[in-house]
Amino acid sequence: MAAPFDVAVIGAGVVGAAVARALSAFDLRTVLIEAGPDVGTGTSKANTAILHTGFDAAPGSMEARLVARGYALMSAYAAEVGIPVEQTGACLVAWNEDEVVQLPVIEEKAAANGCRGLRRLSGDELYAMEPHLGPGARAGLLIPGEGIVCPFTAPLAMATEAVVNGVELRLDSRVTSMESDGSIHVLGCGPDPIAARYVVNAAGLQADTIEGLFGRHRFRVRPRRGELIVYDKMARRLLSHVLLPVPTKKTKGVLVAPTVFGNVLLGPTATDVDDKEDRSTTREGLEYVLAKGGRVLPALVNEEVTATYAGLRAATESSDYQIHFDPVLRYLCLGGIRSTGLSASLGIAEHAVELLAGPLPMTLKRDRKKVRMPPVGEGMVRAYEDASLIARDPEYGRIVCHCERVTAGEIRDALRSPVPARGLEGLRRRTRCLQGRCQGFYCLGGLVALVARETGRPAAAFLEALA
Amino acid sequence: MVIVGGGPAGLAAAAELRRRQVGRVLVLEREGEPGGIPRDCHHAGFGWPDLKRMMSGPAYARGCAARARAAGAEIWTESSATRWRGARTLQVTSPHGLFDVSGRAVLLATGCRERPRAARLVPGTRPAGVLTTGALQRIVHGARERAGRRAVVVGAEHVSYSAVHTLTASGTEVAAMITDLPRHQTYGPLAWLAAGRHGIPLLAQSELTRISGKGRVDGVEVTHRTTGATQSIACDTVVFTGDWIPDHELARAGGLAMDPGTRGPRVDASYRTSVPGVFAAGNLLHGAETAGIAALEGRASAAGIARFLADGAGWGAPVVPLSVTRPLVWISPNALGLPEAAPADHPFVLRVAEFLRDETVEVRQGARILHRERFRALVPNRSIRLRGGWTRAVVADGGPVLISTASRPREGEAR
Repeated sequence: MAAPFDVAVIGAGVVGAAVARALSAFDLRTVLIEAGPDVGTGTSKANTAILHTGFDAAPGSMEARLVARGYALMSAYAAEVGIPVEQTGACLVAWNEDEVVQLPVIEEKAAANGCRGLRRLSGDELYAMEPHLGPGARAGLLIPGEGIVCPFTAPLAMATEAVVNGVELRLDSRVTSMESDGSIHVLGCGPDPIAARYVVNAAGLQADTIEGLFGRHRFRVRPRRGELIVYDKMARRLLSHVLLPVPTKKTKGVLVAPTVFGNVLLGPTATDVDDKEDRSTTREGLEYVLAKGGRVLPALVNEEVTATYAGLRAATESSDYQIHFDPVLRYLCLGGIRSTGLSASLGIAEHAVELLAGPLPMTLKRDRKKVRMPPVGEGMVRAYEDASLIARDPEYGRIVCHCERVTAGEIRDALRSPVPARGLEGLRRRTRCLQGRCQGFYCLGGLVALVARETGRPAAAFLEALA
Repeated sequence: MVIVGGGPAGLAAAAELRRRQVGRVLVLEREGEPGGIPRDCHHAGFGWPDLKRMMSGPAYARGCAARARAAGAEIWTESSATRWRGARTLQVTSPHGLFDVSGRAVLLATGCRERPRAARLVPGTRPAGVLTTGALQRIVHGARERAGRRAVVVGAEHVSYSAVHTLTASGTEVAAMITDLPRHQTYGPLAWLAAGRHGIPLLAQSELTRISGKGRVDGVEVTHRTTGATQSIACDTVVFTGDWIPDHELARAGGLAMDPGTRGPRVDASYRTSVPGVFAAGNLLHGAETAGIAALEGRASAAGIARFLADGAGWGAPVVPLSVTRPLVWISPNALGLPEAAPADHPFVLRVAEFLRDETVEVRQGARILHRERFRALVPNRSIRLRGGWTRAVVADGGPVLISTASRPREGEAR
């Protein structure tokens, strides 16, 4: 077996990728291990894509602290590497008297969490800001810091930065066993076991399984399914803020939010399920969010739907994150990151490095390579409308996915990047191709032929992988 | 003159405009080849309405482009109109650069697409192997791949049988066809071929209610609409056919008034939209009619465009809306800009929601019946052409024009 790594991070979701990126700044040998075929294919890819300030977290909780910190770090990091982020602000809408009286309570909670700038809105002010809101809104609360972020680019940017700075990425490697002699852990994950001095558990839905490998049973992950509907870009004009309901004890409720791709997202449901792989949507779930969405934005339901999907949040018995460090065991658990992981990821990673740096000596590298992600957000200048880019390379003027205006140049780049797309699914998350209203009606055949040509692999290989 | 879309409608308009010698005519086509959807329809059935000849889709598409070119129209391929930059100015992205194109008039002929699985809100998992006819035909004919081993086809209209043809010809077994209507909506021989020769069962009055499979489709659940009985069908491919929606994003982005029935831009019988100088024709107006109907509309639109280019007039006249009542679902064109004298062969098309026999379609304005036309059979999802000619009797102050069936003139809500 090869020489042991200093740190093995299990799980290349947004949390694991953030930890790997943070560790890549130091003179450590780090490996990032992922069971799936790509970075960010679990909980990280199917969520509401909100960049939370943490205004409504439980004050004093680990989640409150790390979301607030992660929010600040993400805002800066997104600008640096080109992760699409828009600070749209959120409007919490109260539809009845019971909800109206909750608004000051939420405002106090936000203050306790250090979230500033909130403003109470009268019904009239609400309708002035959001004229398409359905009838019956009584009052609102504006949280100006809330925003939206690209859930695909964020983990990819972090993993790419980790990889170009020396982290080894092992895909298709599900960790199924662990043996330890007290100082070196050997992780069984396919034909090549991985030895490491420290292990970070960022396995999301499988975090409790990894816990078990280390003889720990501090929590159980009970997936909480959230079903969501994505509307076409023509719906984007219907709202300017993230529209939130007043949360109940059980759930944060169904929201309506713009996306950084210029779509509108409606959802999620919150259903506890047993199967950690069951990402199916249900008739009841879709009807439930449609009914909620129809009340918040009645015009929304006449718009075209471009996608429906279900994500699984890594919920546990506890409402707070399950972050535990066992220095003797050389094991750090980052579990129970339910629905705020995207916002908190950089805060969690910073905290993880602080914990590991106690027993594990590490010094900052002198040279760190920066990354710059391709511009996929609607708020950016995209390749198809970048005259100088097209003049330099005509492939950026050759649109191959018309709904999302993805060019042949971007497809080629995504296939050749340091963390390359390995199929149409990976291309979809990196470039937006096939994410649009036609879902391949126009472009699938041409895209498959292009990818086959670029990679020298048969077209059939890509069709099989398309989900 | 700028035409957006080099399919049958845009190319027919280009050829006719050049025949009328309107000056420079530019067709913007976003694909690598002009011709539109028929390019991928490798079977007969094209050309009858407009050319009175039957030919295959690719041959028809080539002919459309050749006639436009021969007439002197310019066709720029790989050129996407991505944004409005002025009233009649479009931003174009192409490998040759990013530039603006302006015309004295603009014709939108951007066509239509099938609603994919997501837009139909079919629940279940999201496995590979779920396609539309458009995607299927481009995989099979473009990428030269077999779609799968065993498919279920959702729909039983012309395009559904086109999908069946593509599947069976490329070696995919078709396990079943599903329609929510009581029977198929295509020509008898096509349905006979599928049911008789290929032995494909048609599950009528049924809906696809669930897709299952991790990675790849492994089956679907089908529910009968009246009995509620469900059955499972094993398959690795699902093809959603029909359920057309105009590709209307550029039209909406330009602020054109839309017709709620067709979901395309509202146009009058001269194909004028609500925005001066902007015309629309073809399947953008109403979802998929046959290529020949789209071409006839494109050709018909040229007269109004040529008039506009000659005198700049045409907007500002009274516009009388055309509305339909159930069981009619829409009519296109759906307005009249007066005075308007559409000839008897003007391509008014309409759709019905249910099967009707020996039915008369009536056009009235107020108490006046302007036109009655008898049809032996009206079939949902099928082109129904209504003769023009009655439009000269429409008056500006006579209220809306209502089109209905004689047996149920007032049933349902006016659209």
